[in-house]
Amino acid sequence: MTATATAAETVRGRGGRRLVDRVARVRELGIVVALAALFGVTGAVNLSFLSYASLRDILLNSAIIALLAVGQTLVVITRNVDLSVSSVVGLAAFGGALVLADNPGVPIPVVIAGCVLLGAVCGAVNGLLVGVAKVPALVATLGTLYAFRGIDYAWAGGRQVNAADMPEGFLALGTSSVLGVPLLALVALVVLLVVGWMLRNLRSGRELYAIGSNPEAAVLAGIRVRRRIVAAFVANGALAGLAGVMWAARFGTVDATVATGKELDVIAAVVVGGVAIFGGSGTVYGAALGALLLSSITSALAVLRVDALAQTAINGALLIAAIVLDRVLALRVAAALRRRSREAPPPVPGPERGKAAASTATEPASRGEAE
Amino acid sequence: MDQTPVLSLSQVSKAFGAVRAVREVSLELHPGEVHALAGENGAGKSTIVKILSGVHRPDSGRILLDGEPVEFAGPGDAQQAGVAVIYQEPTLFPDLSVMENIFMGRQPRSRFGIDRRAMRAAAADLFARLGVRLDPDQPARGLSIADQQLVEIAKALSRRARVLIMDEPTAALSGNEVARLFGVATTLREQGCALLFISHRLEEMFELCTRVTTLRDGAYVATDLIADITPDDLVRRMVGRELDALFPKQETAAGEVALKVGRLTREGVFTDVSFEVRRGEIVALAGLVGAGRSEVARAIFGIDRWDAGSVEVDGRRLRPASPTAAMAAGLALVPEDRRQQGLVMDLSIERNIGLAGLAAVRRGPLVSRAAERRRAADWAVRLRLKYARLADPVNVLSGGNQQKVVLAKWLARGPSVLIVDEPTRGIDVGTKAEVHRLLSELAGSGVAVLMISSELPEVLGMADRVLVMHEGRLAAELSRAEATEESVMAAATGRSAA
Repeated sequence: MTATATAAETVRGRGGRRLVDRVARVRELGIVVALAALFGVTGAVNLSFLSYASLRDILLNSAIIALLAVGQTLVVITRNVDLSVSSVVGLAAFGGALVLADNPGVPIPVVIAGCVLLGAVCGAVNGLLVGVAKVPALVATLGTLYAFRGIDYAWAGGRQVNAADMPEGFLALGTSSVLGVPLLALVALVVLLVVGWMLRNLRSGRELYAIGSNPEAAVLAGIRVRRRIVAAFVANGALAGLAGVMWAARFGTVDATVATGKELDVIAAVVVGGVAIFGGSGTVYGAALGALLLSSITSALAVLRVDALAQTAINGALLIAAIVLDRVLALRVAAALRRRSREAPPPVPGPERGKAAASTATEPASRGEAE
Repeated sequence: MDQTPVLSLSQVSKAFGAVRAVREVSLELHPGEVHALAGENGAGKSTIVKILSGVHRPDSGRILLDGEPVEFAGPGDAQQAGVAVIYQEPTLFPDLSVMENIFMGRQPRSRFGIDRRAMRAAAADLFARLGVRLDPDQPARGLSIADQQLVEIAKALSRRARVLIMDEPTAALSGNEVARLFGVATTLREQGCALLFISHRLEEMFELCTRVTTLRDGAYVATDLIADITPDDLVRRMVGRELDALFPKQETAAGEVALKVGRLTREGVFTDVSFEVRRGEIVALAGLVGAGRSEVARAIFGIDRWDAGSVEVDGRRLRPASPTAAMAAGLALVPEDRRQQGLVMDLSIERNIGLAGLAAVRRGPLVSRAAERRRAADWAVRLRLKYARLADPVNVLSGGNQQKVVLAKWLARGPSVLIVDEPTRGIDVGTKAEVHRLLSELAGSGVAVLMISSELPEVLGMADRVLVMHEGRLAAELSRAEATEESVMAAATGRSAA
């Protein structure tokens, strides 16, 4: 079996893998290049942009959005979307802060776990609505966006939790660093790596891509589509809960309006990061890079003294540019694939090729290489 | 054969809304046999496949596995029971690699998750057994239909199934690949696998199969040993009457050129397509699924743009990419998928008929309901539409009557060129003959008809000339006398000498 594989690979080459990998890499490399250009230009204009304090700030600012972008990617890959994340962040941030303010004795890990659980429950509500009740994700999560925020308002009742009300140890999480890297950024990085590994190396991860790529075929392939979609929403909710605690630790002052509107930043980061909005392709690494790029641009524009209103427009232009780039890349790849299958048409040209393949199947590998 | 069948259906029925897709069908699949399922389009073969594979649950009747009643709650259950299916239309994940498509949900694993090396080797091994050269790492997007079908076959093989169902697996394959597939099927049969084989090519059934079960209009007709019957017997069982009576194209003198297509090209879809259709002619556009026939029709009608070439209607060049211009020039297109593209399913019969000709039924800026109704009633009579009330939504009609509504919509405009894409797909035998009569009458009255059809008997019976497409190009133009099942299939699969 191994011999066959070697032979077949030698004969046919690895063009396909190279092509696909190259495109994925080009896409993520593009963001890295954009980041480099951004830091280069802004740093040239104002060197303080490259200072440790400034870089640390950028990392801190992007950590929470990047974490949310990783979660959102799980959902978007399945051809769905979760608009309610910002409300889940708000709910978890306020809930966590309130518990800590009222009961300073509760261990911090318990609070964090509680917030993650709260997020997971919110995610489960979304997941059941979308995966089981078959409500289109856009509508279902728009509904829960308002519903969760409403619960948040009712719970807070106008109250605000201030940094002074929360234990020092908790607030330290938002500001401390390990080897110079902010803790929150490290958390986001660890989550990124774990989710990235799972999406690539677990069957369930690959099934999320399959569902988004062709939902009907996923059903026919015996994939438990419902369960997977619910799981994607639950995971995204849990990460939003974690982001909520991080928010509370970082900013210290928490009321019911926390993170309002951030869902759009998250989806923008995902799209800029090359995750196809109609599912099936993209990586969490891209999404996280997208979040980093968007936060960096905001910081850079501030350093360059660009009007805050113009910043929003620039972010919008970037988003559209990313989508256009994706479209162009997709067309290029499609054309390249067609050309490949035209140039070396595998099936049609007759018995010679068939025989060659058959002989490599039975002969040792060295023979296959000789051909 | 007295051993217990691996998988069998007993008196199974299934309805979709008012349409009874299959009625009390029984079928037994024994280990070591290749069983053919025969029937015309719309006879219920695909529904049977979907019941066996757990996609649909029967309304009544039982599924028996090794003689024991089972229920398949979903495709996963059927797969668990050892049933693998090669569907008529490939069901691949375009974004994923070929090997992941094959092993989705069953990827080989090592301690560190999915073992891509093992998966690649296993995929290469399967391709070697099938004698094809596909790159396991290539994404499924961009594969030709034939290659997609081969991936499907590899997928089914990899499941080591006890029951393998093949729903028209050969439709897109060339002669060589078919031979190889048959070789694999024979090996599987000898290993004790039960195979259910569906094909529109009778000679394949007679070559490969041991028994054949025939369906007609959703009902069970007979199960025979292949050795006991002739192809003519089988056709009679499928159709319920002699085939010749079905396709009554009258001879008409061809008039002037009504539609002239010159070197039409759409990058990567079809290339250099040139032909003419004269008034009074029915020209068939034949070819395999995916050869680019519907795409040519869409481009002519202005739905898609073309990159090079020209379209002339009655001698005047058509503005590209404008359905409005095409309609004004006298073109009409009855699309392939009537539910999605031909009709507004929730709208009434009269409104659907009126849709393409609102200009004719208007009063000032408004649509006159009375005029719309008169026009619908008129066409309903002319096309012998069977309906309760014209105000009923079209989704209560049978497939054949729905197709008549689509035809009525376009005929009411009095087109000079009518393009019909798979005009009789999924409609019952009786209505089919009526649609054929209608097309023939239209041609007789001077309309130029371009008919896309995948049904060879229809093509051969109806067409004055047959154009055959293969992979985006016109492979052959055959006169009525030259066109035979063999010559058309040869051109369609790229085997023709030319």
